[in-house]
This record gives sequence, C-alpha cells and structure tokens, in this order.
Amino acid sequence: MHELPVTESILEISLRAAQAQNARRISDIYLKIGQWSTIVDDSIQFYWDTLSEGTLAQGATLHFERIPTLLLCLDCAHSYHPTGEQLLCPQCGSARLHVHQGEEFQVESIEIETDESP
Amino acid sequence: MSQTITVVEKILSANDRLAEQNRAKIEEAGVYSINIMASPGAGKTSVILKTIEALKPEMQIGVVEGDTAPVTIDADKVMDAGMPAVQINTGGECHLDAIMLQGALNTLPLDTLDVMIVENVGNLICPANFKLGTHVNVLIASVPEGDDKPYKYPGMYRGVQAVILNKTDLLPYIKFNMDYFRKGVEALNPGLAFFPLSCVTGEGFDAWIAWLKEQAAK
Ligand SMILES: Nc1nc2c(ncn2[C@@H]2O[C@H](COP(=O)(O)OP(=O)(O)OP(=O)(O)O)[C@@H](O)[C@H]2O)c(=O)[nH]1
Ligand SMILES: [Mg+2]
Ligand SMILES: [Zn+2]
Repeated sequence: MHELPVTESILEISLRAAQAQNARRISDIYLKIGQWSTIVDDSIQFYWDTLSEGTLAQGATLHFERIPTLLLCLDCAHSYHPTGEQLLCPQCGSARLHVHQGEEFQVESIEIETDESP
Repeated sequence: MSQTITVVEKILSANDRLAEQNRAKIEEAGVYSINIMASPGAGKTSVILKTIEALKPEMQIGVVEGDTAPVTIDADKVMDAGMPAVQINTGGECHLDAIMLQGALNTLPLDTLDVMIVENVGNLICPANFKLGTHVNVLIASVPEGDDKPYKYPGMYRGVQAVILNKTDLLPYIKFNMDYFRKGVEALNPGLAFFPLSCVTGEGFDAWIAWLKEQAAK
C-alpha cells in the first residue's frame, strides 16, 4: 500500500505548478508510469477524490499513460518489449541490454484554467 | 482560458530530496549505511545478526528495523546482540521512506557508529523506489523463493548495488537454476556484486564481509 503517499506527491507537484501560473483550477493531470516503475492501481483515484477536495485540483481527471518496457540488445541491436518469461534478447539470447524506456514515474503536464489575461 | 503546462517532475522527487538530506547527515557522522530489502522471511534479520557477529570486534553497528506492525522482535534480537536498534512502525505502509528514516536518524547514536544497517519492510514491489539516502541498497534473495525472481520483480533488481542469495544450504533440496537466476540479475544490473551465502552454515559470508569492509573504508 503505497498509493497514498504517491497520490499526495502528485497533488503537491500539480498544485505547485498550477499556483506558479495563477491557475483558477486544474482540470487534467497527465502522468507517465513505466511498466518497471512502482506499481500503482486504481485506488489512486479514490485517494485523489478525497485529498484534492477543497483544492485547485478538485475534480481534476487523472490520465495515466502506461509506458511498456522497451529493451535494446547491445549485442545484436534488436529492440523488444520483454515479457515475464522472455527477458533476455529473443533474437540472440544476450543478457547485455539497455533499458530504453519503462522506468518513467512522473507528472508530465497539467491542464489549467486561468482568468482571461488583461 | 485553458492552457497546458509542462511539468515533467518525478512523482517521488520530494522523497528523493529528503533522502539527500539523510545522506548528508549520515556522512557528517562518518557512518557507512546500508538499506537491506527482501521479501518477508528471506533472511534480512539473520544476515544482519551474522554481519554484526563478524564485525563486532572492530565496528559499532546501529540497526533501523522497519515493520508494518508495532512488533519489536527483530529490534530486540539486535539489542540482544549488543548493538543499538531503532524500530520504525510504518503503520501499514509497505516500505520505509526518507522521512521515516529521518526520524530514526535522530534517535540512533549516529556519532558512535561505524555502520548503520536498515532492515526495510519485507516486500519486493516498491521499496526500491523510495530512496532512503543510504550509501548502498542491498537485495536479499533466498533459494526457496525460486530462481525466477529477477524476471518477476525487475524494478527491485534495477535499484540495488549488491544482491545476496541467502539459504544456499538448501540448494540440494530445491530446484534452483543458478545460471538462470544470475543471467536475470546480470541482464537487469550488469556487473552487480553478488554474494551467495548461508546464515546456517556460514558459507560465503567471508566474501560479503570483505566487500562491506572495503565499501565502508572508501
Ligand atoms: N535454511 C536456512 N534458513 C535460514 C537462513 N537464513 C535465515 N533462515 C531462516 O529463515 C527464516 C526467516 O529469517 P529472518 O532472518 O527472520 O528473515 P527476515 O527477512 O528478517 O524476515 P521478516 O523480517 O519477517 O521479513 C527463519 O526461520 C530463519 O531461521 C539460511 O541461510 N538457511
Ligand atoms: Mg526481519
Ligand atoms: Zn540480441
């Protein structure tokens, strides 16, 4: 159970970014979650509804972009998405790999509403 | 008016910053620190106790025990071995984080220590993501858990500087393909320090202790 501190962090980061722009409201939050990073489940939305109440982010929609792990074989340059059983290079069996993507765990952007600029 | 703001900030960045503060405090006291992670029952406490036994003549070792429940079994064992221990009750959280360790650093007699060992909560899902600020993260795998753990929990194997494979005394009784295990570890974390050992027979402990002393002396 680590979704509570994760949700608190998402809220804190989003509010800080929104306040810096004098936002009236945050409508959307875009998250990038790599397949190999911390697992987060649907309970985030539950915590979100409670934690964001009374803040600029109340009612904001959370968008999760799940990034599948992409490995690059350093021996034969084959790139592939590993599965549980197939971690090593399926082309040449090499264990010399580079993790190209799949470890992301970040707030990518937010959508805010501001008062019309004067 | 609606607009998109680019943020690109790591979700756990606040924890990372606190971890850096912890590190500064640990270094100021001249202490070498280790965060031990593993699934429940892999042998974290056993390895810590045997490490204390081996280093006791020359080093003072403080231990931080993380548990999800307020039971002090593991901390009591450390104190029985003659070393200071602090218990952190995570209140149900599945990992320690930097702020929890910050509290423990204020309680431990840091200035009297040479080495600090943190026993993280038994869990392979997430503790690696919550940095504590220790010098190294060590993962303890154990033979009965099976040889496929690197493949199932890649995130844990990516986030550590050493892997201990405990309970090697059980290798004759359990199907465990050492090559398969090592290949998985190597793929995820090339060149990682690897110590197969047994807390029962003591086999392999010398290499682990030698590595630890070498790291602590750096
Ligand atoms: N056969 C064998 N058993 C071991 C070894 N090391 C530990 N054990 C046993 O494994 C069990 C769990 O050991 P602990 O050291 O308590 O494991 P832990 O990871 O601290 O467990 P938690 O703190 O409860 O998550 C105990 O019954 C130990 O006696 C070993 O090398 N070989
Ligand atoms: Mg223990
Ligand atoms: Zn290849």
